[in-house]
Amino acid sequence: MSQLKEAILKTTANGDKAFVPYIMAGDGGLEKLQPTILRLQELGVTAIEVGIPFTDPVADGPTIERAGERALANGTTLRKIIETLHGFADQITIPLVAMTYLNPILAYGVEEFARDAQAAGIRGVIIPDMPLEERDIVHPALKSEGVALIQLVSLASSSERIERLTKASEGFIYAVTVNGITGARQSFANELGEHFKKLLSYTDTPVLAGFGISTPDHVKNFGTICDGVIVGSKIVDSLANEDWATIEDLVKASRVAPVK
Amino acid sequence: MTTTTKGRFGRFGGQFVPETLMTALQELEEAYDKYKDDEAFQSELSYYLKNYVGRETPLYFAERLTAQFGGPKIYLKREDLNHTGAHKINNALGQALLAKRMGKKKIVAETGAGQHGVATATACALLGLECIVYMGAEDVKRQALNVFRMELLGTKVIGVEKGSATLKDAVNEALRHWVTNIEETHYILGSAMGPHPFPTIVRDFQRVIGDETRQQILELENRLPDAIVACIGGGSNSIGMFYPFVEDQDVALYGVEAAGHGVDTGKHAAAIHSGQTGVLHGAYMYLLQDENGFVQEAHSISAGLDYPGVGPEHCHLHDSGRATYVNITDDEALEGVKLLCRTEGILPALESAHAIAYASKLAKTMSPDELLVICLSGRGDKDVHTISSALGGDLA
Repeated sequence: MSQLKEAILKTTANGDKAFVPYIMAGDGGLEKLQPTILRLQELGVTAIEVGIPFTDPVADGPTIERAGERALANGTTLRKIIETLHGFADQITIPLVAMTYLNPILAYGVEEFARDAQAAGIRGVIIPDMPLEERDIVHPALKSEGVALIQLVSLASSSERIERLTKASEGFIYAVTVNGITGARQSFANELGEHFKKLLSYTDTPVLAGFGISTPDHVKNFGTICDGVIVGSKIVDSLANEDWATIEDLVKASRVAPVK
Repeated sequence: MTTTTKGRFGRFGGQFVPETLMTALQELEEAYDKYKDDEAFQSELSYYLKNYVGRETPLYFAERLTAQFGGPKIYLKREDLNHTGAHKINNALGQALLAKRMGKKKIVAETGAGQHGVATATACALLGLECIVYMGAEDVKRQALNVFRMELLGTKVIGVEKGSATLKDAVNEALRHWVTNIEETHYILGSAMGPHPFPTIVRDFQRVIGDETRQQILELENRLPDAIVACIGGGSNSIGMFYPFVEDQDVALYGVEAAGHGVDTGKHAAAIHSGQTGVLHGAYMYLLQDENGFVQEAHSISAGLDYPGVGPEHCHLHDSGRATYVNITDDEALEGVKLLCRTEGILPALESAHAIAYASKLAKTMSPDELLVICLSGRGDKDVHTISSALGGDLA
């Protein structure tokens, strides 16, 4: 079993829900990466999704896109992010998940990326512009390093496709909750419960909900229909404003037992 | 890269898109497969191409241009004479008719020079579809006339301020819009690029250029041309022109990329020349990028060629050696504009002027018993402000 899946199952075994914050590496400077990751780890998050900035992030909404532009303006690259993570990998006790578009991995070299990412504490990879059909480009290299390749499942996917995606996804299943791009939403469609029931029926791999989740209520509500949540834009905004109280409230909402 | 999926041209192409779009692409592929051989669909398309677009376009013997070089007989395929002034309408109309059959009521499109935007706005007005066009803010400035035309046609034009604020960024926004409005919207991609099945669909709707040329040259000269020259941004007019000749090994095919200020200046749009490959906008292709895989801004005086990638079928024709890819600078393209204006009384689009400029070089190496065809993809009325300012004028 992948370390990522194990970490999520450990959380859910206690009755809590997995909470995975997304951060944009290099937003505010790469020197912020270590303190941010270590503080989130201290708050008890299950894993951390580390966003890699890209020039053409077509799956991202304005909040994450702007954070990516700030990171790029700081000279952030995939190589520098991995080097930085490598520098404090011994202090990281929770799995990191890299979210990157495909082209930076291709430019890095797929095998080299898999090896360096593993050494830097990355235990899972999400590639939003690489569908199931193309995953053989990176899957063998990641697999040989024990890095999970996570598939996104969309509301628009057909039942047959949803089954194939959930069965292929490693670590967890990233269930996209809206038709669209990343970013805060006011409301979600009513049929989501059925959708998640279907996802859970195909697999014993944890199913996490992502895209648009921005309030403690969202976190609680999704906790009733799946194994946990990924929160992106709201975390990115809060970090940019150094608003840790908001982040703590979101994390707490994923707990069944009150935090002491 | 491993080639695992359909929609590949050699090692290029594929479907590198967010999962939400996969179902839409599959739907599009199924619809296209159903209608491409459907007689009713094809006869509807032919009806509009003939009576609305004004096809077929002439294959015109450019006598004075020919005399200029004393080389091959030069013919111009007059796509500039199409309704809306460029070849873009062939594809926009085809895809709009397809969208209608698919039951999609809304259209989204990107545009660089504005020609594809105008063509799409036109097709949507004709067929009663709602239309939104994303256009880089830089291009909105460079092509104010086309923005106004689109608005007159009832289309909503949205300027994109992000990134380099050009065609690449307009494609990003159009893709985001499509992901968010997937159920009722069809994306009319304007060039032979993007994820499968777009490169094939666009080529098929543009191959009318090459099919007509082939028939016309056989009628006029009783043989095929020795060389064909066409400009390349994403590569739609060129692939439409080349495709029917690909099996004819004796017909040399030349694709002309935009060299901007020069291929060694870092300010150009010559993706094939760069030799780098990568993934952008759904396809694996030759791509202008840095060592980190970040996509670089393209530069060309011509907004329609100002794109950092090139369609996957061209990438494959380059790898296989079947077509030759060359490049022409901004300055050379401007000379091409002047040349065609003064020898033939035709104002070419800045895009097409790249083909004229390269053909001028090529003609000097060919003999009078040879035939050279240039794809004149569009007319230059939209470019008069850019041309004037590049030549030191102050038309504003």
